[in-house]
Amino acid sequence: MKTLDDLKRVREEALKAMSVRESGHATKVTVAMGTCGIAAGARETMSALLDELGKRGISDVTVTQTGCKGLCEQEPLVEVTRKGQEPVTYGHVSADKARRIVAEHIVNGTVVGDLVVTK
Amino acid sequence: MGLTDIEAKQTKLTAVDRSHVLICAGAACVASGAMEMEALMKAKISELGLTCEVSVFDTGCVGTCDLGPVVVVYPEGTFYVKVKPKDAEEIVTEHLLKGRVVERLLSRTPEEHTVPTIAEHPFFAKQQRIALRNLGVINPEDIQEYVALGGYSALAKALTMTQDEVIQMVLDSGLRGRGGAGFPTGRKWAFAKEVEADQKYVIINGDEGDPGAFMDRSILEGDPHSVIEGLAIAAYCIGATQGYAYVRAEYPLAIKRLQIAIDQAREFGLLGAGIFDKLDFDIEIRKGAGAFVCGEETALMHSIEGLRGEPRPKPPFPAVSGLWGKPTIINNVETLASVPVIVEHGPDWYSAFGTETSKGTKVFALAGNINNTGLIEVPFGTTLRDVVFEIGGGIPRGKAFKAAQTGGPSGGCIPASMLDISLDYESLQKAGSIVGSGGLIIMDEDTCMVDVARFFLEFTVDESCGQCTPCREGVKRMLEILTRITEGKGELADISKLEMLAGGISKTSLCQLGITAPNPVQSTLRYFRDEYIAHVVDKQCPAKVCRALIQYDIVPEHCTGCTLCAKHCPTNAIHGELKGVHTIDQEACIKCGECLARCRTDAVIKV
Repeated sequence: MKTLDDLKRVREEALKAMSVRESGHATKVTVAMGTCGIAAGARETMSALLDELGKRGISDVTVTQTGCKGLCEQEPLVEVTRKGQEPVTYGHVSADKARRIVAEHIVNGTVVGDLVVTK
Repeated sequence: MGLTDIEAKQTKLTAVDRSHVLICAGAACVASGAMEMEALMKAKISELGLTCEVSVFDTGCVGTCDLGPVVVVYPEGTFYVKVKPKDAEEIVTEHLLKGRVVERLLSRTPEEHTVPTIAEHPFFAKQQRIALRNLGVINPEDIQEYVALGGYSALAKALTMTQDEVIQMVLDSGLRGRGGAGFPTGRKWAFAKEVEADQKYVIINGDEGDPGAFMDRSILEGDPHSVIEGLAIAAYCIGATQGYAYVRAEYPLAIKRLQIAIDQAREFGLLGAGIFDKLDFDIEIRKGAGAFVCGEETALMHSIEGLRGEPRPKPPFPAVSGLWGKPTIINNVETLASVPVIVEHGPDWYSAFGTETSKGTKVFALAGNINNTGLIEVPFGTTLRDVVFEIGGGIPRGKAFKAAQTGGPSGGCIPASMLDISLDYESLQKAGSIVGSGGLIIMDEDTCMVDVARFFLEFTVDESCGQCTPCREGVKRMLEILTRITEGKGELADISKLEMLAGGISKTSLCQLGITAPNPVQSTLRYFRDEYIAHVVDKQCPAKVCRALIQYDIVPEHCTGCTLCAKHCPTNAIHGELKGVHTIDQEACIKCGECLARCRTDAVIKV
């Protein structure tokens, strides 16, 4: 460790990895992980979400899980909540679709219209 | 090592996790099965294929020791308490997999409301965690987590300042030694800096010996880098290149974590030659063999030198002539852990906490008859009442508060009439006690104060090094008198004998061990003199503790003749027919109390 910048670089990297211990990130992704969700492949969806976020180096997103939401036929369900906006619920989210949600909704801020669960 | 090496080491931390599980690996939680629970949890996580998204870490003592083992699940901050190995699987399958909080493992308030997250727990509400800032927050075996939360930036900052500027900062902060004596840390450093020498040393005093005090162990276990950083700053200020960490061998986990931390700091170039291109400094661990007196700085240095751990008269003070005759400063673990924060935030920030003369915060180890035993940190000036009833949750089983013993065997007792006393150096001294290392033993109405004084003297007699006569002989005589009193063989003259001996010992002993040894007797005599008198004149123990002065009886009206007491009496001293009233043969009774513990109808009483 020679300079303050060295320390800063180590610090920033480490902070990213620890950001999961903070709550209150602006964006929260919730994967429904009831029995129905898991049976429909929510585990793969979750893995894909985390993998895609990791690849893109995004650490200020809280990824969490919830139980059955009562829409079992639309599982796996993923809900994206951004601060100040209505939550958006996506249905039949396969691993590939999960990656699209990260790219389009979380990174670019555009709701992925064709995946949204309609009432 | 180059920066690329450091970056390569970060691979483990950069994998994206959605959840971190922090398991308290403080000694209390470990003793109640935290490690078995963790192993089961990790096994289940891997069975369910969650290893790449959920990470489990050990962390330092969270402080809520009576609730252990405790587990914190992030990002929510869910606070699970008393988590047994059998509960591990449920947390994984319910919380980590399905996102459902396991309600039954949450902490509850006395009103039975659940406390969902650690941030909302009332135990932490009145605390100001500075020395304990990272305990329960970071993984102590990973330097990057310490760095992430600002670690080593205080050292970097200090190295851009002059030595005098940093010393001035510590002086202005009002930081005083947290090991017991309360000497201004900055002044100690200034003395050592002024002395010209070819070699100087700095030492971490981790020889924590007060019964009931465990803050130094917890800091070394839970945040070792803060102590290393504090010591490195001290080394820079006085011009030392070598440091020693003196930690008692009874603290194997603290030693292990400190060694890991030292190794990692070396790898990162934060110990060794050319730290930030400015400082050469390294640390070695020396294990203490467990003598209480080795916490005294001159005895501690003798022990490091390989000599017998005996104190020597001061002056010369260690700052002038210390380890191997070189200028040396010795700081307590908690003191050093506070230094980086002071350098980082400035002296004004720190001195805003506390009272006029006792600045900052102090860690207290809550033990004894109190609901929330554990480790707390509060600003100086917090009242004993707040600590006992707000943070500590009051006295168990609705008993009344009787006294608080502060400062361990060197301290004294504070009675219930002084519950509103401000916890700071001056107020406690005025009350005949000391802050000491921060041990805070709470005693309820069932405690005999003469017996408490006897207990502490038993400790000091055991731990006296035997070098000087007042401590070796005098304290022993005091213990004999106290033992006599608790056995009902005391006389009124014994009380004045105790007072005379106490005065002589504290004036003439060589080191603080002897000087402060009579404190428990003096303070109990001051506040609980009537209890002493009851023992010697009435031959009674008001708290019904001293065996020689009590007897067990059976109230005939309450006795149902269940025979439970008679069955469990080890000396067959209880007689009676089934369904008939029982009686105790006082000649045969050894007053073990087994009958009282067994009786279901409250028929057995202590008189």
